[in-house]
Amino acid sequence: MDINLNDLLRHYRSNPYEEHEIRAPHTGVVKFRAEEGQQTFGPSGKWLHKPGTLLFLLERENNPKRITASFNGEVAGIRHELEGCFVEAGTLLLTIRHRLSKEEIIDRILTEVLSIFPAPQRARYYLPPETASQMDKKAEPSIFLKPGDDAIIMSLMKRDTMLKYEGTPGIIYKVYFHSGDMVERDAPLLGICPPDNLKYVQKVIQRIKNEWEE
Amino acid sequence: MTDTLHKHIADSGQFLSQLASRITYLIDIIGDGSWFDLEKLLEEVQQVRNAIFDLPEKELFKRMLMLEDRISILEDRAAREITPARMVNIVRSVQRFTLQDILENVYDSFTELGGEEDCNIDPAIVVARATISRRVKKRIHKHQVMVIGHEKGMGEEYRNGGCAKPWGNDKALRYMKVAETEGIPIHFLIFTPGSYPIEDFPGAAQQIARNIYAMCKLEVPTVSFISEGGSGGAEAIGLADFRLMASHGYYSVISPEGAAAIEGKIREGGKVPRELVEKCARQLKMTARDNLGLGTIDRIVHEPPLGARKDDYDFFRRLRFEMIRATDEVVLRTKSFRTFRAYALKKQIAKDYGSSDTFDVHIPWRLSEKETERLLENRSRKYRSMGQGYTELKKESLIDLHKLRDKTRETITRTYYEIKYGLLKPHKKNVQKVLEEVTGEGAAFLAKITEPVKAAVDFLSGPDGEQRLLSDENQHTSIFSREWEQYVSPLANEDRTVTCPNAAKYGCMDLWVPDLYGEFCGVCPTCGHHFPLEYQWYLQNLFDRGSVKEFNRHIVSGNPLKFEGLDARLNRDMQRTGRRSGIITFKASVLGVKIVVAMLYSNFRSGTVGSAEGEKFLRACDLARTRRRPFLAYIHTTGGIRIQEGTLGVIQMPRCTMAVREYVDSGGLYIVVYDNNSYAGPVASFLGCSPYQVGIRSSRIGFAGPRVIRETTGQDVPPDYHSARNALRRGHIQGIWDRRDFRKNLHDALMTMGGPNLYYK
Repeated sequence: MDINLNDLLRHYRSNPYEEHEIRAPHTGVVKFRAEEGQQTFGPSGKWLHKPGTLLFLLERENNPKRITASFNGEVAGIRHELEGCFVEAGTLLLTIRHRLSKEEIIDRILTEVLSIFPAPQRARYYLPPETASQMDKKAEPSIFLKPGDDAIIMSLMKRDTMLKYEGTPGIIYKVYFHSGDMVERDAPLLGICPPDNLKYVQKVIQRIKNEWEE
Repeated sequence: MTDTLHKHIADSGQFLSQLASRITYLIDIIGDGSWFDLEKLLEEVQQVRNAIFDLPEKELFKRMLMLEDRISILEDRAAREITPARMVNIVRSVQRFTLQDILENVYDSFTELGGEEDCNIDPAIVVARATISRRVKKRIHKHQVMVIGHEKGMGEEYRNGGCAKPWGNDKALRYMKVAETEGIPIHFLIFTPGSYPIEDFPGAAQQIARNIYAMCKLEVPTVSFISEGGSGGAEAIGLADFRLMASHGYYSVISPEGAAAIEGKIREGGKVPRELVEKCARQLKMTARDNLGLGTIDRIVHEPPLGARKDDYDFFRRLRFEMIRATDEVVLRTKSFRTFRAYALKKQIAKDYGSSDTFDVHIPWRLSEKETERLLENRSRKYRSMGQGYTELKKESLIDLHKLRDKTRETITRTYYEIKYGLLKPHKKNVQKVLEEVTGEGAAFLAKITEPVKAAVDFLSGPDGEQRLLSDENQHTSIFSREWEQYVSPLANEDRTVTCPNAAKYGCMDLWVPDLYGEFCGVCPTCGHHFPLEYQWYLQNLFDRGSVKEFNRHIVSGNPLKFEGLDARLNRDMQRTGRRSGIITFKASVLGVKIVVAMLYSNFRSGTVGSAEGEKFLRACDLARTRRRPFLAYIHTTGGIRIQEGTLGVIQMPRCTMAVREYVDSGGLYIVVYDNNSYAGPVASFLGCSPYQVGIRSSRIGFAGPRVIRETTGQDVPPDYHSARNALRRGHIQGIWDRRDFRKNLHDALMTMGGPNLYYK
């Protein structure tokens, strides 16, 4: 196992942020509307129809455009020297520091350690009935997949196709969809964990759940 | 002895419960428990009730009588001080009678159709086959009727307080057709605060429109009774030959709270001041007496001083009498010989209601074919003339002159077009048909004989309409009217760019305003989003150059209810637009086809429809019928019915739909094109009933706006809920046109759609 649990945790502890650089989408005169340290919120509402926190105005050809935050976080590194100045497209204007939540960190770690089985195309996917019933019976991940095994049923235009697993042999650790869901192409379907790593991964997750403070 | 005592105590308990219920009712009406310490009085009653076994009998009776005296005095006072806002409270009280009470007490028996209670497609609409009987001397006569109404349910959540969903109104329509098939009268009982504002198929607005359209020509007598008449919801089952209204009911264009929120510009979720609600309730003229004065109802059914409740059996007897009498009157008006029965009925009106169980005459309610025709004529006349006296003309002194001129012109025009298209054209068509038949049969030999005759006919009556139009089209093939370049939208006179709202999704470039509003016709070249353009752009670019001839400019928007502040707003809009109403009616031509157009536009009271707008629309529709021209309703924007005109605005819905129905039935072509925003009453009546409804791209069409939906249903709606695409998906419109193709598509529609009675067919 080449994952070092302590290194991973130390890495996320030392910097539990994801930094998003906000750059000018086009040329124009910039007028900041956010303040250093201000909390920002991304788009909200059921359909994400309410725009996020206003960050700055960018005016080009008498057309002031409101640039709003796409992430929750905290405003940092506002380049006040550019206030009222004409900037080129791509100029860094500020940064939004987004503090990672427990779930986000777990997701990131899982992405690193699991072997992902992606959706080959946009379709409805189902677990084979045997797999689904085994999963229902056992709480712990135990279904082993090796290359050539029936992994998943893809249903497209009323035709069901059994997809064979191709990849590292391992245990289904995570199912990323609900049976019968319409899944976009390349979205993850299954996360497979080699059996040797299973206990180690579980330990990592458990430790994050217990130790991580938000 | 013990039994008697228990009975006395039980009676006292019941009596005290009734007292408590009377106080609760008073609190409901006044809307304030502190009015003359009503809440304390209620507590007092409860105390006596709790001490019923402890108090000596004499003391108990004494206190009960004192309490009753106090309550009676307060009831008298409340009845004297009744205001429109308090009438609304009466209607909303849980103690008020509902449709179920009427079905049980006014009709002898009934069978509910289309579901019962919560096992129902829409429990807010109740339909029942019912029997109503009258006694004439010693004989009982039974009548079968179809009862269609709203059930508020009082405490039954699933009824939605009588707010009919679109499929509930559809159910109502289905059973109207059943009654029509069976030839039995329909009694509509209206108990709705408004329609449930959702767009799911068949759609709130479109279904109401379909109902009104169908009710215009229902071939059976119809009587409606309004207890709570909330705007469009009421109209969905309200177009009747005779309209009764409960003396303590309300019939209004909008709830007083809704009007207050608009008038006071209250933010969503904000509290509306009570004084403003009361003021709006007063100004909206929503009471029975107001409506009778305005002519929007025919008669008032009197209730007890504080309104009728569930156990008011005298009222139910009176209502039965009134429903029968109203149906009799409708039926009698269709008879060629009715003098004596009408007299007998009239005489009966003067009688005391106490003897209202008996009638002097029996009038069968089944109509002959001829009588049905008269029924429909009467209905048409009734709605066409409803509220007509409130339309303002430009100058007082010119009223008679205009009337005389209009009447003369109308007679001459009708005669001219009757001769031209009613007599000569069919004759010409017949001759042509015979010639075509003979030509086909006789082939080359006969052709030599018939061709000169056909040529002679063509020479005498001029070239065929369609051919003429096609030749016009060949001469001018541009999608724009001739010399369109001369008109440039004033919006283009700015040196700046704008961002397309779809830029994030489709990567649209910023657009330079002179390009956007000039060459691009207000359309984003990347994604096709349509930016709003002023109505003048359409006047200039949609119709043939110089063909627009406006008429009825002398009909002016007014303030018939003297609604505070409306005069100033009207004057401001008149000065700003140079126009006198929110609608422009004109004759025009599109690639040579002569049409009549009614255009609701945004700059004048947001394109809302009041008496003047309704009158102009109706006249335009009639003009199109007389001249056998297609009728286009181009809706630049409409915000609904003008609330400041109260029910005079609401009745424009059935009025204009009546005109539209008669126009469509006469074989015309009625096309509605929605642009920008089209909501509420007009969409739910004379626009939504069109068989050909089209949306300009990026337009929004619906019944209620997002705020009203949120406040009524408690659910949020997606931002594209009212988009033209969704309206098309739901089947509310039949197509989406690009603004740049409007002229061409309209011409195509004119040439391919519509009935046989168009002048060019």
